[in-house]
Amino acid sequence: MNINNIKKQFPIFNNKVHNNDLVYLDSANSSQKPQMVVDRIYDFYTKEFSNVGRSVHYLAVAATNLYENTRIMMQKYINAKDPNEIVFTKGATEAINLVANTFGQKFLREGDEILLTELEHHSNYVPWHYLRKLKGVKINFAEINNDGEITIESIEKSITPKTKMIAITHLSNVTGAILPIKEITSLAHSKNIPILIDGCQGAPHLKLDMQDIDCDFYAISCHKMYGPTGLGVLYAKKKWLDTLPPYQGGGGMIREVKKEGISFGDLPNKYEAGTMATAQVIAFGESIKFLNQIGIENIEKHESELTKYGEEVLRKNNSVKLVGNPKNKGSVLSFTLDGIHAHDIATILDEDGVAIRAGHHCCQILHDKLGLSATARASLGVYNTKDDLDKLNESINKCKKIFDR
Amino acid sequence: MDLKDLYQEIILDHGKNPRNLRKTENFNKDAKGHNPLCGDKVHIFLKIDENKNISDISFEGSGCAISMASASIMTDLMKEKKEKEVKELVEDFLKMIKESPEMKTKIISENEKTKLMSLSGVKQYPMRVKCATLAWHTLTSAMNNSKEETNTEKFD
Repeated sequence: MNINNIKKQFPIFNNKVHNNDLVYLDSANSSQKPQMVVDRIYDFYTKEFSNVGRSVHYLAVAATNLYENTRIMMQKYINAKDPNEIVFTKGATEAINLVANTFGQKFLREGDEILLTELEHHSNYVPWHYLRKLKGVKINFAEINNDGEITIESIEKSITPKTKMIAITHLSNVTGAILPIKEITSLAHSKNIPILIDGCQGAPHLKLDMQDIDCDFYAISCHKMYGPTGLGVLYAKKKWLDTLPPYQGGGGMIREVKKEGISFGDLPNKYEAGTMATAQVIAFGESIKFLNQIGIENIEKHESELTKYGEEVLRKNNSVKLVGNPKNKGSVLSFTLDGIHAHDIATILDEDGVAIRAGHHCCQILHDKLGLSATARASLGVYNTKDDLDKLNESINKCKKIFDR
Repeated sequence: MDLKDLYQEIILDHGKNPRNLRKTENFNKDAKGHNPLCGDKVHIFLKIDENKNISDISFEGSGCAISMASASIMTDLMKEKKEKEVKELVEDFLKMIKESPEMKTKIISENEKTKLMSLSGVKQYPMRVKCATLAWHTLTSAMNNSKEETNTEKFD
């Protein structure tokens, strides 16, 4: 599959936005869907639908096999040791809530500390915040440097004898900083601290190898990986899933239910209570196929070249100020324009069919630290081209012109 | 509704050069408003005289062109209005922003209504309705002597 021709795989680009071609620069928020993923959802519902893991009729068995096949594909995609280390959730948010809730219940006591970073998305802060009230735990934030990066030194400085969990992002959705997660994991483990990686921005863009990184938990958002919404993946080492209590109770996750007591099912059922997002899981298998057909190395190369080009173009534009300057940067270009609020930028760009995000991108802690109420953000996906970034720049210039009048 | 309509002269003009962007001396009522999703902030100051007329109104704040223009136009219109009229205007404006095609009030001129109608472009952008209504909700808080900060996430 040729990466330069990839836009053709995405039916959304056949549509016009305000009579313009769509320039989609909001993939850090959610990615568009290739035809094969859209088709798979349609086909499943029209030809193969059944609930999974319960009935023994033909459709149920076939659907269960398809569902479990995605688990194995995902295991291979991120090189997890065991398919039972893949838990499907309703999103990365639920994946992190699952860990915060069950780990908090079992292991955290008053005065224990959780270490996050100032880069965290609200979904890797708010779930831990509940433990403040529930358990009296303290939350610390490793500080960013002037380039908007988190260094291993910053993490090391923030670890105390009371740190019981480290939860950090793989790739900042604002500054684009890629954290040295393998080194941080090894530091955490040297102090016997488990580590959770929020991989929402990492998984769609970077090669993943769970056994190499060695993290305890890795949370993934499938809709950012060219897959359907309503689906996430929690990777967790088997020793944790065996030890931690179940998260939600319901059908499918139990073994035996009596009036006097309940025993829980084996992995992975233990963490998949109720009817799961069956069609989404099966269609997500196509997303993994799609990524494999292009090759994640090719995606990394393509996006890294585009990011460099985007930075170059925006740096040449005197009115643009880029937010953060990390050495190891993912395909996120956050910026401000002097005297123009980010929401005004986004609304004006939208008229040209240029879709960006504006606001705090669910990172209020980081924006407070940067002293910015809002930023504009262009984020890239596999389908973007240099032409998209030129159009972004043109549209920014038009925005300047409107406000300079 | 396209860009020209939404960002037409009035909004850009008021957004870039907001009127009454200052702090009323000897104000006797005030309230703060915050739109945490966008970061828009507004602080409204009122001086209400013994006849319950607004003798002065001003605001401090920062935010997008729509939030600033809305506060600017609103403060211009509210000067010399009676408390009762303020209430009617706020209700009529909020109704226009949310559902009605036009404003019904007879308190202000057609020309003034046109200015306010320029803000109705946000109807096409539901996420930005709160930018246009922040100052108006905050004005209500100030009139009611509410000490709590108006937060766009707590209304509508």
